[in-house]
Amino acid sequence: MKLIASSALALMCTSVAAFAMGEGTCAAGKTLSEGTLTIATGNPAYYPWVMNDAPESGEGFEAAVAYAIADKMGFSADQVTWVRTSFDEAIQPGAKNFDFNMQQYSITPEREEMVDFSLPYYVSSMAVLTTQSVVDAGAEATLDSLQGLKWGAVATTTALPILAEVVKPASDPLLYNDNADVNAAIMAGQIDAALYDLPTALYLSAVVVDGGTLLGQFPPEQSENPDKFGLLMEEGNPLRECVDAAITDLSESGALAAIEAEWLAEATGVPVIK
Amino acid sequence: MTTSKVGNGAVSSRAKAPTRRELYEANVRRRATRIALISTISVGLAIFFLVPLAPGWEAVQRSFFNGRVFAATFPGLVEAFLLNVMIFAWSAPLIAVTGLAIALCRDTRAPALFPLRLFGMAYTDVFRGLPVVLVIYIIGFGVPGLGLPRPWNSPYIWGTLALVLVYSAYVAEVIRSGIDSIHHSQRSAAASLGLSDRDIMRFVVLPQAIRNVVPANMNLFIALQKDVALLSFIGPVEIFRQAGVYKSLYANFTPYVGAALIFLALTIPATRYADYLMNKQNRART
Repeated sequence: MKLIASSALALMCTSVAAFAMGEGTCAAGKTLSEGTLTIATGNPAYYPWVMNDAPESGEGFEAAVAYAIADKMGFSADQVTWVRTSFDEAIQPGAKNFDFNMQQYSITPEREEMVDFSLPYYVSSMAVLTTQSVVDAGAEATLDSLQGLKWGAVATTTALPILAEVVKPASDPLLYNDNADVNAAIMAGQIDAALYDLPTALYLSAVVVDGGTLLGQFPPEQSENPDKFGLLMEEGNPLRECVDAAITDLSESGALAAIEAEWLAEATGVPVIK
Repeated sequence: MTTSKVGNGAVSSRAKAPTRRELYEANVRRRATRIALISTISVGLAIFFLVPLAPGWEAVQRSFFNGRVFAATFPGLVEAFLLNVMIFAWSAPLIAVTGLAIALCRDTRAPALFPLRLFGMAYTDVFRGLPVVLVIYIIGFGVPGLGLPRPWNSPYIWGTLALVLVYSAYVAEVIRSGIDSIHHSQRSAAASLGLSDRDIMRFVVLPQAIRNVVPANMNLFIALQKDVALLSFIGPVEIFRQAGVYKSLYANFTPYVGAALIFLALTIPATRYADYLMNKQNRART
């Protein structure tokens, strides 16, 4: 029995070693330009995903994950170059100017038909951003109370389908181009609340929205289709298996959780919506 | 007398048999039609067969002309388009009235009313000079931000106001050009008949001026129909925004093509109608 166990262990070790060695070469010839990994992020890239809009620093959750993935794939930090794209540029037909694109893309089956996603690197709660005056007016962290609010969301995010499926608001939500416009509408009192991923909502409530507060969160365990963030790639990109291997490796070793703890630690302590 | 005889003779001979010149001209016309037809068909065929040969055609087709996505999103787009029609329907009359009022401000002639003229001038200068989107943002987010209670802070109200402000400036200028096109001898004639300034404007100048600028205003209203989509910047989910939502849901641009088709279904008939009015007016003038 002991023999079997130890030989199994040995087998595992060799396979892990082979795996690790294979990883260095996995990406060879599969990147846009040989020897560099081109990663795209948003313009601007937002806190806490990228600190100070400077992904090169490796500060911020996504920037840190990007460098960790690059490292696993055998690219050193100075072999990583950053480009900026909008959502639309990322899904346009034709050649892409990035190896993978990282800006909180939610993985959905519909999108999967047009582009490729890596394995998820983060599973997000959705959080309700509102203002103190709305809370004072009697809004509570219950679905009943939430249904009566006037909702807003960024049109290009998966907040909208989640809003429709989970909250089912009484009146149609208003939709906006980006976070800044949603915040303007909240501050103008045109909407009561907006749905964001939790880290973004935390940042907005603390820094951007005057009197902003988080009413509560929908934890991923509660949702049938939790919001999973993946790296976006051109469909059929051969690099995908290398990226997936790197992400698997990072999550199994606990490195991903450590990065999450470092940059997204505040996420606990927001009440759960019942 | 002699000329009419010759004329009659020509008519009777034409009824019998076409002249050689007429035969020749008919031949030239047929040849021109034939060449136009062949050229159009070959250009059409070239586009139809050559474009799909481009290496990226399949990807473009999948992103822009995706039948499955089109079928899934088109009904939702049509529904959202009703909001565009509604916003257009209540904006257009407001724009017409405001535009007329501003045009009349600019046409006041009494010295005491000079401030009114100045206002009209400043209004048209400012609102024709600003991008529509900026006005929509400033009015749509700015005014409600002053602390108005619901429902008075609705984006529909303030967005509509923004459209009215911008478009009435254009309409005012068009109407003013119509007013200027009425020769001032008509005013003098009306004044000599004893009409007051007000009545001259109401019964003599405006009826002709407005009629003259109907085609130009039709163009503005076609443009307005498209600019209603800009209200989506401040919240309302009209067709353009709905298409954007579908775009990000399916990671596919086909919903925009669907939206474009719906827009065309309305704007092309409107443009044809404007052309028809313009031609009718030109015929009436000659």
